[in-house]
Amino acid sequence: MRTNDVMLQTATKVVTFIILMFAVHIFFAGHYTPGGGFVGGLLTTSAIVLLMLAFDIETVKKILPLNYVTMTAVGLLLALATASASIIFDVPFFTHAYDYFELPLFGKTSLHSALLFDIGVYLVVVGVTMTIIQTIGEDE
Amino acid sequence: MSNLLLFPIIIPLFFATILMIFPKRLKFQRIIAAIAAGTTLIAALFLLAKVNADGVQAVTLGSWPAPFGISMVSDPLSALLVVTTSIITLFVVFYSFPTIGVKREQSYYYPAVIFLMVGVNGAFTTGDIFNLFVFVEVLLMASYTLIVHGGEKPQLRESIKYLLVNIISSALFVAAVAFLYSVTGTLNMADLAVKIPQIEETGILTVIAVMFLMVFGFKAAIFPLYFWLPGSYYSPPIPILALFGALLTKVGVYAIMRTYTLFFTMDIAFTHELLGIIAILTILAGCVGALAYFDVKKIIIYNIIIAVGVILFGIAQLNQPGVDGSIFYLLHDMLIKASLFFLVGIVAVLFGTSDLRKMGGLIKTYPFLGWTYLVAAFGLAGIPPLSGFPGKLLIVQGGFEGPQFWGSIVILATSLIVLLSAVRIFIYAFWGEPVETVPLKKSVFNQMFIPTVILVAITVVFGVGAELFMPFISGAGEVLLNPSIYIDAVLKE
Repeated sequence: MRTNDVMLQTATKVVTFIILMFAVHIFFAGHYTPGGGFVGGLLTTSAIVLLMLAFDIETVKKILPLNYVTMTAVGLLLALATASASIIFDVPFFTHAYDYFELPLFGKTSLHSALLFDIGVYLVVVGVTMTIIQTIGEDE
Repeated sequence: MSNLLLFPIIIPLFFATILMIFPKRLKFQRIIAAIAAGTTLIAALFLLAKVNADGVQAVTLGSWPAPFGISMVSDPLSALLVVTTSIITLFVVFYSFPTIGVKREQSYYYPAVIFLMVGVNGAFTTGDIFNLFVFVEVLLMASYTLIVHGGEKPQLRESIKYLLVNIISSALFVAAVAFLYSVTGTLNMADLAVKIPQIEETGILTVIAVMFLMVFGFKAAIFPLYFWLPGSYYSPPIPILALFGALLTKVGVYAIMRTYTLFFTMDIAFTHELLGIIAILTILAGCVGALAYFDVKKIIIYNIIIAVGVILFGIAQLNQPGVDGSIFYLLHDMLIKASLFFLVGIVAVLFGTSDLRKMGGLIKTYPFLGWTYLVAAFGLAGIPPLSGFPGKLLIVQGGFEGPQFWGSIVILATSLIVLLSAVRIFIYAFWGEPVETVPLKKSVFNQMFIPTVILVAITVVFGVGAELFMPFISGAGEVLLNPSIYIDAVLKE
């Protein structure tokens, strides 16, 4: 049975990008205010899931040919590597480093090693949730 | 190196993620899994040497001051347990090569095993009660994967039970942690040990202590919370069963050991007597099961429950011989359970069934296997000079020195039942009329048998050379009995 999903598909094409932009915003806001890699990852997943609902899994696989399990592993490695950098400097594990830089366009910006860790978290969250949803959603 | 104590957690985590990226390459999976367990073992041995030389090691993550950041603490007990865990995981990986099957190996079997090791090592090392919950979740996640791994019908049925029990107990765990936090205002174990004696209303703390006993009791399979264990452990294949039987319940036992010596000591007359009584009931319940079944796997599974009771009885005495004995018996039990599961795994493969009544006469075709099994069975029952003996002796001595001398008598009497249950496998499977066995290639048999023999040899060395290991054991016992050593190491600044 084919239902008429023109409305959904048209809206999705716009809304997906809004959600993705919001995910990026939340991700960077996360250091001092609520947000971060976990929520950003969940929002990104919700955008992909919306695509899946409006179109179908095959189409989404064509748009995003990603292996989500590998994505999870890469995220874990990134997070672990960031945290492990503290071993080289012989300070307690997870100790983060930061400094202030003058960047064009942004002005005075603080850059944290915690950001790299958060990217790792982001990848893990997207990878795990997408693996779960795909496994439940697809047919044999 | 202030971070040395984290290496047994970081190394397997790193290798497990590498393993996740290439699930289909069989050789790569096997080699990396073995390297992961091997390097972790080396790191754990370094850690043990360091702890033995310089005393308790502690690091608080993220350079935060101690009660606020998450502390990781490695005292002799946790270092010994981390070493034992690494040894067992290494042998389980070797034993998996011929037994687990290529299909499972190519569907994230080894990453799950190594992640389980991350969780177990972490749970043994952490010095923060909420972080303990986190690491328990890590090992539970890995165990959920392993228990359904392969998706056979009994596995699916039992994994639902296993999931339900563990989710409920995890929910209780968080609730108990919240109660504890609302009363004391801290979750750092060393800080708890400082704050709890200052609180005058011990009534509410006793309630929380019993709640924690319930939570950890679910994991450790104490009476009457062990109901989930025999069925759930029975369904997965032997290497996974060996891993679960040797490691998972021991995390619960360790958690009870730690909390009931470090800070839940405000009302010993109630909490520790309760623990002692439950321990004895656990032993009795396990004995009933161990004698009731004609299935080799079930018999050894019920012996896990008996051992949990014996270890907890030693802790409940809270005196030096009791605690030392518990630590010794805990290490012994992890090693001997893994080797016994390996052995009955080989026997079950040879006969193509795990039903004792369909077995017989294996001593004529595989004599060396038979005698190895007998040594392991005697070690389990605690016949001197094997490894079960020194621990049990100390626990019984501890019982006679404390108020619960009747418990020691029960332990002595049930030792005979343990012996009977283990020797029954020997009598049925190895003696009697030979039954036709499944033809097994010599090389495959050797691949299964060699790790088993080495593991049994390790338990024999652990028993015969008990004198060598006693300084480590009594060092661990000393920290448990004098919480001030632990507290000073964590809150030194």
